[in-house]
Amino acid sequence: MALEDKYETHEYDVLVVGAGGAGLRAAIEASAQGAKTALICKSLLGKAHTVMAEGGIAAALGNVWPEDNWRVHFRDTMRGGKLLNNWRMAQIHAQEAPDRVLELEEWGALFDRTKDGLILQRDFGGHRYARLAHVGDRTGLEMIRTLQQHAVHKGIDVYMECTIQRLLKDGDRISGAFGYWRENGRFVLFKAKAIALATGGVGRCWEITSNSWEYTGDGIAMALAAGADLIDMEMTQFHPTGMVWPTSVRGLLVTEGVRGDGGTLRNSEGRRFMFDYVPDFFRAETAVDEREADAWYADKRNNRRTPDLLPRDEVARAINAEVKAGRGSPHGGVFLDIASRRDADYIRRRLPSMYQQFRELADVDITREAMEVGPTFHYMMGGVRVDADTAATSVPGLFAAGEVAAGLHGANRLGGNSLSDLLVFGRRAGLFAAEYARSCPDSPSVNAEEVEYAAHTMLAPFDRTGGENPYAVHLDLQKCMQALVGIIRTESELRQALDELARLRLRLEQLTVPGNRQYNSAWHQALDLEFMLMVSEAITLAAIERKESRGGHTRDDYPAADAAFARVNVVTRRSNGQITCALEPLAEMPDELKQIVEDKS
Amino acid sequence: MTNSASAPAVTMRVWRGDASGGDFREYQVAVDEGMVVLDVIHRIQASQAPDMAVRWNCKAGRCGSCSAEVNGRPRLMCMTRMNIFTPGEPISVAPLRTFPLIKDLVTDVSFNYEKARAVPAFKPRPKDADGKHRMFQEDIDRVQEFHKCIECFLCQDVCHVIRDHVENKPQFAGPRLFVRLAALEMHPLDTNDRLALLKQKAGLGYCNITKCCTEVCPEHIRITDNAIIPLKERVVTEYYDPVVWAWRTLTGRGKNEGRQTADPPG
Repeated sequence: MALEDKYETHEYDVLVVGAGGAGLRAAIEASAQGAKTALICKSLLGKAHTVMAEGGIAAALGNVWPEDNWRVHFRDTMRGGKLLNNWRMAQIHAQEAPDRVLELEEWGALFDRTKDGLILQRDFGGHRYARLAHVGDRTGLEMIRTLQQHAVHKGIDVYMECTIQRLLKDGDRISGAFGYWRENGRFVLFKAKAIALATGGVGRCWEITSNSWEYTGDGIAMALAAGADLIDMEMTQFHPTGMVWPTSVRGLLVTEGVRGDGGTLRNSEGRRFMFDYVPDFFRAETAVDEREADAWYADKRNNRRTPDLLPRDEVARAINAEVKAGRGSPHGGVFLDIASRRDADYIRRRLPSMYQQFRELADVDITREAMEVGPTFHYMMGGVRVDADTAATSVPGLFAAGEVAAGLHGANRLGGNSLSDLLVFGRRAGLFAAEYARSCPDSPSVNAEEVEYAAHTMLAPFDRTGGENPYAVHLDLQKCMQALVGIIRTESELRQALDELARLRLRLEQLTVPGNRQYNSAWHQALDLEFMLMVSEAITLAAIERKESRGGHTRDDYPAADAAFARVNVVTRRSNGQITCALEPLAEMPDELKQIVEDKS
Repeated sequence: MTNSASAPAVTMRVWRGDASGGDFREYQVAVDEGMVVLDVIHRIQASQAPDMAVRWNCKAGRCGSCSAEVNGRPRLMCMTRMNIFTPGEPISVAPLRTFPLIKDLVTDVSFNYEKARAVPAFKPRPKDADGKHRMFQEDIDRVQEFHKCIECFLCQDVCHVIRDHVENKPQFAGPRLFVRLAALEMHPLDTNDRLALLKQKAGLGYCNITKCCTEVCPEHIRITDNAIIPLKERVVTEYYDPVVWAWRTLTGRGKNEGRQTADPPG
């Protein structure tokens, strides 16, 4: 029987997988270029993880500080990423972000305003000037809703609650994708000239995470399986401020906007401990005492930034160290205090979601008491290697944008640079995917054997009996990554993690799922686990390979940065079922950009 | 899942089944301090009912996916703390009643997406000479309130116009869409006109202001007072105000010149 007769089949020029900020923006662009475009999402449209972004979109609009421009934003991004960033991506990002924000406004987004009626910008970690366009602390919601409502009028076909499980190839180039409808479990086959991955990150591999269930590494794993290069997989971001209590909400994000708007971190002795953790790399641009730090909020010309707003990797390590030294809060975090520093009306206006989140989930009134916070897995800097200008991966016809892609953020992402990343590179992925599709004369063909094999393996958990429940295996994976591939790493523990991942792989192959294919959460979990195990293995291998500490990767056995590792990416590939890592040199930065980065002023 | 051995147990009555039928099934679950209903549902999934269908995403009240009827009241499961219930009494969790059932706690909410497609798009006025738009905070406060909507569809679920009368669905958009329409109509930059849609195809007139939608909104949007009533007033002014009517008849002009283009597609 022909595949088309056996499986529901659709054909497109451009298939966009993932419907958060990057996927929506990519689909809008591909469609505007005249490509027949489909947008596929695991959840309902508008529920993607972008919706949880709180603080804002970093863009050098210069509305609050006219001194700001793309060069300063570029410099902040490179230095925040410990110079491991792809410089060309960082340049494009800083240059194009303002246009992408204004475009959102043109599509109906309503950002908070300055007194002059322009888009207001807020302070955030690692940014020299107040730079984040925002809507209170629910900027992601505004962004995804604006894109969603813009997209529905553009003739894009949207497949909701549809999960892609395999990318298909015709020789070397991409030719389609195979997946299933969550609602009824039926398979669906997409033939496509080009595919743009916008599937987001990997946070569900950890026990304490700010990420939603969708963050299971789908795009990274599928790209790796399809032969694409990954880079920087060891670069994982633990956000310094997640909720720590009650246990059921442990990991839930507390926006950096709390510190941007004046909040400060304190230990159990009441000390603003971040002054004790200022690294030499940032010393010249950081306040020396509380007086200067507090004056900086209003007067940036004569004062330097508070160390509360150092890049996230620095703050997360500092909190970790304070708790370890016995100066933590009752539930194993530290205190984040805005109540004693800003009045209640200001807090409720600037941070309405935080106010509500703490009041409803923790019985804490943040206008009266300090919050308890601690690090939570938040973001994946690493991912699929892409060409800076076109978002093309190393597989012809496969593009990637947003968190699934790597390079822009280097070793550590600055807050606010994610939403701008989604817009800038989402647009480019859609643009160049459409252009690539146009250059393809024929429709690619899909390999029937490949599809049938995928269908067979996906259904296997129904055929087995007596095996384990997928939730138990997932929990053990999370415990393994939390304990052994966390904020502070060491070779022996990473090797231990590899052994545990190998055991989990065997357990995965024996999973049993009860019931039928109709909206079966256990089956979905079993299929997501394949992705999570593959990315966990890639992350652990890359973490072993980088024998130094830099950004989101801290090695107890190599605590210092190493100049030799400053010039290389860890590249991860897969062949014959084996994942391997290699060190490859970074692209050389042009002199004029080097000067911007090295500017000490 | 710490302390589950020592934690107090509750009886959960969860609706299981699909379009062909089903009923409430009882589960005994240990509950830890601070847990929400969604945690308990996940615990049932992990230990007693692996194939149970439940929709969720953020578990932080931001995405509006985990809507259900808990003890008969439409709620987000992720924002409903277990400690609000009387100890010892069973807690029931059922799918949203207004939408067709898919399985267990998951319903087909495509009605809302179809209605959203029919809303005429945002159409901004030209930018200022320097390429920027200027708006003042006090002019957008109200619209930002509407933009807080997380599309949990609890307001749609509770609205008796469609909850009790499925036959009203084709000609009634529901509170969520009225919030959306109000956001567009009151957007300082927008130039499109949606009053014809509101009066005719969105069925604003069906709403008789019982405020059930406002009561269940997890974002505390004052749907009835701030969105629906002002829209009703606009429709009345546009269609029934004798001064407006006379002006339009005499001059042949009015904001509704664009009405044809503002009609919903399809």
